[in-house]
Amino acid sequence: MSTQVTPATQLATVGVDEVTGEVGAAKTPRPGSLAARRPPRRRILTRGALNLAALVVFVCSVFPVYWMINMSFTRGESIISRTPSFLPFDFTFGNYATAWTREAAPGQTDFVHGLLSSTLVTVGVLIVTLLFAFLASIAVARIRFKGRRTFIVAVLIVQMIPGEAMMFTIYGMIDDWRLMNTLIGLGIVYVAAVIPFTIWTLRGFVAGVPADLEEAAMIDGCTRSQAFWKVTFPLLAPGLVATGIFAFIQSWNEFTMALLLMRGYNLTLPPWLLSFQSATEATNWGAVMAASTLISIPVVIFFLIVQGRMSGGLVSGAVKG
Amino acid sequence: MTSVLTEPPRRAPRRSGRPDRLALTARERSRRRRDAGSALTLLGPSLVILGVMVGYPAVLMLVQSFTDYSIKNKVQGTLPEIIGFENYLEVFTQSDFPAVLVRSLGLMLVMTVLIVGLGSLVAVLMTRLTRGWRVLVSVGLLLAWAMPPLAATTVWGWIFDTQYGLVNWALNTITGTNDFTNYSWLLSPWSFFFVLTIIVVWQGVPFAAFTLYAALGQVPGEVLEAASLDGATGWQRFRLVVFPYLRNVVTVVVVLQVIWNLRIFTQVYTLQQRGGLISETNVLGTYIFRQGAGEFGVTSAIGVLMVILLLALSWGYVRTTLKEEDL
Repeated sequence: MSTQVTPATQLATVGVDEVTGEVGAAKTPRPGSLAARRPPRRRILTRGALNLAALVVFVCSVFPVYWMINMSFTRGESIISRTPSFLPFDFTFGNYATAWTREAAPGQTDFVHGLLSSTLVTVGVLIVTLLFAFLASIAVARIRFKGRRTFIVAVLIVQMIPGEAMMFTIYGMIDDWRLMNTLIGLGIVYVAAVIPFTIWTLRGFVAGVPADLEEAAMIDGCTRSQAFWKVTFPLLAPGLVATGIFAFIQSWNEFTMALLLMRGYNLTLPPWLLSFQSATEATNWGAVMAASTLISIPVVIFFLIVQGRMSGGLVSGAVKG
Repeated sequence: MTSVLTEPPRRAPRRSGRPDRLALTARERSRRRRDAGSALTLLGPSLVILGVMVGYPAVLMLVQSFTDYSIKNKVQGTLPEIIGFENYLEVFTQSDFPAVLVRSLGLMLVMTVLIVGLGSLVAVLMTRLTRGWRVLVSVGLLLAWAMPPLAATTVWGWIFDTQYGLVNWALNTITGTNDFTNYSWLLSPWSFFFVLTIIVVWQGVPFAAFTLYAALGQVPGEVLEAASLDGATGWQRFRLVVFPYLRNVVTVVVVLQVIWNLRIFTQVYTLQQRGGLISETNVLGTYIFRQGAGEFGVTSAIGVLMVILLLALSWGYVRTTLKEEDL
């Protein structure tokens, strides 16, 4: 099941190597290709058009991000104005101070408590998911047992079951277990939501470390567990980091179930932000943007770390061709 | 754990007339049992959590969808009655569900076409750029992709704000009129969907572009060259050489977009909170959510329908993945 798992991030993964400069065959016009045969004048024009298109793509992608940051540093009076200011000329940190301290609505949490709840849930989910998925992926990648294929197919299918569809059934269960409005209840829901993808990705990483390596270590006198911890495990570390970041981003961004299960002082950051913006709608958009920026920062940082690291991901099979 | 490669010969010499299984040496049999045992131990935690949090609610939801289970039963502790297909009948004939379903499918179609189309264009563009420009484009796409959907919707909502929005200001400036002063983008369902589509497509294109770009890099240059030496035109090269390499990736990207775009919740819900007619703009996810915790039987029926729809649509993905992965 994945609950509102914006699975966009599920694939933070595939082939984003351009930042590191690894480029496939398609980079430069090959001799004999059309571009190379064109007369120089036209080529310059084409180059210019391509660069212009690149600029358009860049601006369209970045503009909302820029606008959010711009507004977060702009004073309230300038935001509520009929002519927008494109740069924060009357620069202020006040919005961040407001976002940090003011509670969303009477009886609801403030940013700091939301941050605490979000962090606790996220870290808990991260640890539990990585541990469970790691064990499962070893079983799937290293042991041939009866029902192995069935398990893999089940994981793939479960990943496609929309958690939102079952939201009220889960709501009822959490309520029956007296876990409503608790971080543990929310955490359990999140673990179940991220674990299928985590198993699937880690399986790829474990399978990617040749079993021969372990075997060689065992011939050299390691026990089986020594061979695993000393040889295989270090090679898996990047995979664990990448998968862990995925779990982190999912839980950090999750909105639907948090909205349904959490109340008052226990809100995590996403429902807090919604409540904050509904409550302060007419008054303080600068603070809302400051809060949005603060919430986005960890995700963007982790995204940058993870990109290019994981070569697995949902489309791995398809990319291999 | 290395049993894959350390396996001793699978079978002892076979004695005629006996089933294979008995022909295994005692050692081999005990090894297999041990492997199965350790596999179960390793899978245990995951199996438990998936069973309890996915398997159980799925079955429970299916069962409840045939009952009149409601909050009243929950509070009073009484058992609901089995009412057969009545919930489904009600959902299809006396509720907004058919309209919501059509709306969701329509939006999904438009978004998927736009995302995959624009994503392909950007991917092709990236293959033709010099390094510096490509890095620039990648950074921009990554930022758009990394924004939490809620934060993204908040910003876009402000850009399209009625009073102080950038878009209204820009349209006024461009047209030199005041026609767009206080124009409400979220009030009419069509412009609501327009804004929604922009947000979802803006965040969806990076994934499609990066994936397709990676796939384009897999097309071997020699093959393309050979084709062009043999006199293939650009279109022929694309259709007969490039596309076959891309087909699987395109299938997966399309299927994933179909699923994700049917499941959008955050963007719709947040925009609805900013204004906009809820009953006219609900999609599947928000529709279930807005039912509230009351008539569990009815919400279960809607949930079952949604699961069936999404599983049917994702079947292509599951099959492609199973075929391509060496399991």
